Amino acid sequence: MSLTPKQIESIAHLARLELKPEEISAYAGSLGSILDMISQLEKADTGNLEPMAHPLEGQVQRLRADQATSGNERDLYQRNAPQVEAGLYLVPRVIE
Amino acid sequence: MDVTLAGLAAGLKARRFSSVELTREALARAEASQGALNTLISITAESALAAAAVADQRLARGEGGPLTGVPMIHKDIFCTAGVLTTCASRMLSNFVAPYDATVVAKLRAAGMVMVGKANMDEFAMGSSNETSYYGPVMNPWDLARVPGGSSGGSAAAVAARLAPLATATDTGGSIRQPAALCGVTGIKPTYGRVSRYGMIAFASSLDQAGVITITAEDAALALTAMAGFDPKDSTSVDAPVPDYAATLAAPLAGLKVGIVKEFFGEGLASEVEGPVREVLAVLTKLGAQVREVSLPSLPLSVPTYYVVAPAECSSNLARFDGVRYGYRCKDPKDLIDLYKRSRAEGFGAEVKRRIMTGTYVLSAGYYDAYYLKAQKVRALITADFRRAFGEVDLLLGPTSPTVAFGIGDKTSDPITMYLNDIYTIGANLAGLPALSMPCGFAGGLPVGVQLIGPHFGEARLLNAAHRYQQETDWHLKAPAGFKAGFAP
Amino acid sequence: MEWETVIGLEIHTQLATVSKIFSGSPTAYGAEPNTQADLVDLGYPGVLPVLNEAAVRMAVQFGLAIGAAITRRSVFARKNYFYPDLPKGYQISQYELPIVGKGHLDVMQEDGTVRRVGITRAHLEEDAGKSQHEGHTGVSAIDLNRAGTPLIEIVSEPDMRSAKEAVAYMKKVHTLVRYLGICDGNMQEGSFRCDANVSIRRKGAEKFGTRAELKNLNSFRFVEKAINHEVQRQIDILESGGQVVQETRLYDADKDETRSMRSKEEANDYRYFPDPDLLPVVLDESFIEAQRAALPELPDQKAERFQQQYGLPAYDAQLLTASREMASFYEEVARAVPAEPKLAANWVMGDFSAALNKEGLDVGASRLSAAQLGGLLRRIVDNTLSGKLAKEVFEVMWADGSDADAVIEARGLKQITDEGAIGKVLDEIIAANPKQLADYRSGKDKLFGFFVGQAMKATGGKANPALLNQLLKQKLAP
Repeated sequence: MSLTPKQIESIAHLARLELKPEEISAYAGSLGSILDMISQLEKADTGNLEPMAHPLEGQVQRLRADQATSGNERDLYQRNAPQVEAGLYLVPRVIE
Repeated sequence: MDVTLAGLAAGLKARRFSSVELTREALARAEASQGALNTLISITAESALAAAAVADQRLARGEGGPLTGVPMIHKDIFCTAGVLTTCASRMLSNFVAPYDATVVAKLRAAGMVMVGKANMDEFAMGSSNETSYYGPVMNPWDLARVPGGSSGGSAAAVAARLAPLATATDTGGSIRQPAALCGVTGIKPTYGRVSRYGMIAFASSLDQAGVITITAEDAALALTAMAGFDPKDSTSVDAPVPDYAATLAAPLAGLKVGIVKEFFGEGLASEVEGPVREVLAVLTKLGAQVREVSLPSLPLSVPTYYVVAPAECSSNLARFDGVRYGYRCKDPKDLIDLYKRSRAEGFGAEVKRRIMTGTYVLSAGYYDAYYLKAQKVRALITADFRRAFGEVDLLLGPTSPTVAFGIGDKTSDPITMYLNDIYTIGANLAGLPALSMPCGFAGGLPVGVQLIGPHFGEARLLNAAHRYQQETDWHLKAPAGFKAGFAP
Repeated sequence: MEWETVIGLEIHTQLATVSKIFSGSPTAYGAEPNTQADLVDLGYPGVLPVLNEAAVRMAVQFGLAIGAAITRRSVFARKNYFYPDLPKGYQISQYELPIVGKGHLDVMQEDGTVRRVGITRAHLEEDAGKSQHEGHTGVSAIDLNRAGTPLIEIVSEPDMRSAKEAVAYMKKVHTLVRYLGICDGNMQEGSFRCDANVSIRRKGAEKFGTRAELKNLNSFRFVEKAINHEVQRQIDILESGGQVVQETRLYDADKDETRSMRSKEEANDYRYFPDPDLLPVVLDESFIEAQRAALPELPDQKAERFQQQYGLPAYDAQLLTASREMASFYEEVARAVPAEPKLAANWVMGDFSAALNKEGLDVGASRLSAAQLGGLLRRIVDNTLSGKLAKEVFEVMWADGSDADAVIEARGLKQITDEGAIGKVLDEIIAANPKQLADYRSGKDKLFGFFVGQAMKATGGKANPALLNQLLKQKLAP
């Protein structure tokens, strides 16, 4: 199975990855061979098996008591931020 | 005596050396080895010596447990408060974690001394440690060869005797395969046994933390301290943690060991098959009964994995967007440019390949054919294991189809690289505990044997491995040019 | 050409929990930016979500209140898209297996008829943060305090046929969630907001038209205006031979118009899949029954009871049960005048509500207590005050917060109910107006009013009207 450059571009856009022209053809090739490998799954007879989302079956979600346990650590957390001003994270203007 | 963690702990207790002396030695070896091996991304000398001093005080007061004062290394996938935590990615090359992973906190509480953070494949995606932003790790048995991956730094560091223990993580074989290729012992516990909190996620339903050590006994000591329920991880299991060291010496009489037929087919190097089969003779001598079992769906584990893992990774890595932390591209011209260039420049080629694969298999029109189908095949493979564990106590096979390969040999073809994990992925898909330990050499390179247990069967795995290691000394072999022990 | 409007609403209701749905951050509104966003809310590497029990409880209560099936095993899914106010690059939501299944609400329309609106589903999800675009040049500023606040998204069937119906339904949901105490209902703060799916079709047509999704509707008034505006836009397009495009449109309240949201156009492949960090939410019978037992009396039940117990018309009962606070206020007033529940209803819906509305107050912030209003009504019932005087007294009470009896006392407003006193006044008036008396007796009935007016003037309006009429009739009789 091979993917067209257009398909690669649309996947890369969905994943927010900028690709150089030469990368597009390289990824088209390697993704194509990965999809070929994955296509082996088609022949598996899975009948009416339930899809398995978690490796431990029968485990259920635990519920946390509704308590506010986190304090204000803004200064610590924003030390990693590329651009902040007055406690706000800045990004290039969002056009709605 | 000082070849293992247990031995070092005894030495510390008997005051043959102090934790500070031991830590200085570990730091010196780390520094000295970097040029040849590149196993570490950070060396944390200052905090290590401070922690060692505290450990010495505890030991002097007669306090502390079996891990207190022993130097160790964390894979750089674990968040460590105040310390650079990179996941071997340019994306996090400036990221200082503001908190400790649960595993880090637990081992710190047990008195272990972190001397550095191990190199790895970027975001744990790789089987050779060649995808690291910080450069490849070299295998101490042959510097022209890979150590395996993704926990290549952890395995190579323990093999080179920088420290007796390194944490590691395993999503498709990332503990066991490098352990095998570097001639050390590595255990991936049952999914949910060890908290994932603070471990940077690759594929959430497959990731599990474990350790790489010289011996099964050391792994047992460390796992007892690391494992356990964590309210911060919804997928962690609320079940008591046994003292894994307590059952190490139990007899193996009557232990039913299943040889997995599908592990011994085409693709397995005969030089690997030989030593692995010899393990059976040792186990039989110890009283185990060996029989062949079949897991007919197992050959589908690689394609299943390469749908599930990329799908989860494409979503897990969406948070790296250059807004709140991590790499941001220079002078973004608008928001979309900020996203696309930060991510394109911050992630390496293999990570991008997996993100795109995952994006594709989840996208509209393909979800059922790929993702849903893979989840069903995952159920099929899990059912195979369940059936097998109705017949036997442990499964046995090779860890990796070959010994360590040359750096650069497999980088051009991702599929060839992915097939390295053909024997290890099944345990991740089914959430099973599995262990790799050295069982011989081929052409001077280590060969590993893999044991897989039923859910929460870690004690039995470690018990079998320990008894095997009492009969053999493959695990004690150190690569030429590196000391065999740890003491200063 | 006659067109029919088809509307479905997606209502986002912030749940009134103390902490966020997946983290221990507080949810209080109005804090300094990013001071209520912890590592989980910020989507830091390595952190994991843990589900808040109260959010589950509240969602189940909502489901029970709309007669919906509660999903015994619901699943959280990730909705993947990039946006600066979405820290993880995905929103944790529910997709295939929402916690609340099909239900419905009966909504009374302006004309008093009741329309049943189907509710397709309600699911739990996390709110996003907020982007500020003003006050910065070339940049947007991100505050993640709201990120991770628990929401239920309540999705209706396309059952509404006008903007007014949509508003009536939305108000009903608003009433319900406040009754349940699961949402503070504060629309200005965004606790309760709505997206509307709007399409039109030819009257009688079966097939739905292409719909537009209107976003950013955060008041009842805007919902109505935006829908009406959008319907007109679609009619204009279709009548000029064009085609409606399926798209997301943003309502701009300042300009009263909707415009296409370019930023949302491309991002419609959300790649939903079950969140591997969260396990299925499994609810057993005892949990669900405990929530059922904890439900308060619901608006419809209360309205029904008001009709039975107080003999009120359906319309009054509906109005008085619009909020729990209003209903209990009414009941306390009605208890003060047990024989006159309709009088109590008229006063609560009339002068009292008007006074509240004039100042934009909720019942809870009323200047008068139910006991005070009840005290006033008691003085009407016992004939101390005429209806007209009572209104005057009410105004004084509202202004200074005093009790009815104190106002009556201080202003000497007490009605004259003494037969002798009124009789004396009448005798004097009749004596002073012999001509009018003669004319009345010769058949000019209208002059009865003249005598009433004179008597009221003489008593400063305080004579009990019924008694006055009765005595005057006797005295004027030949």
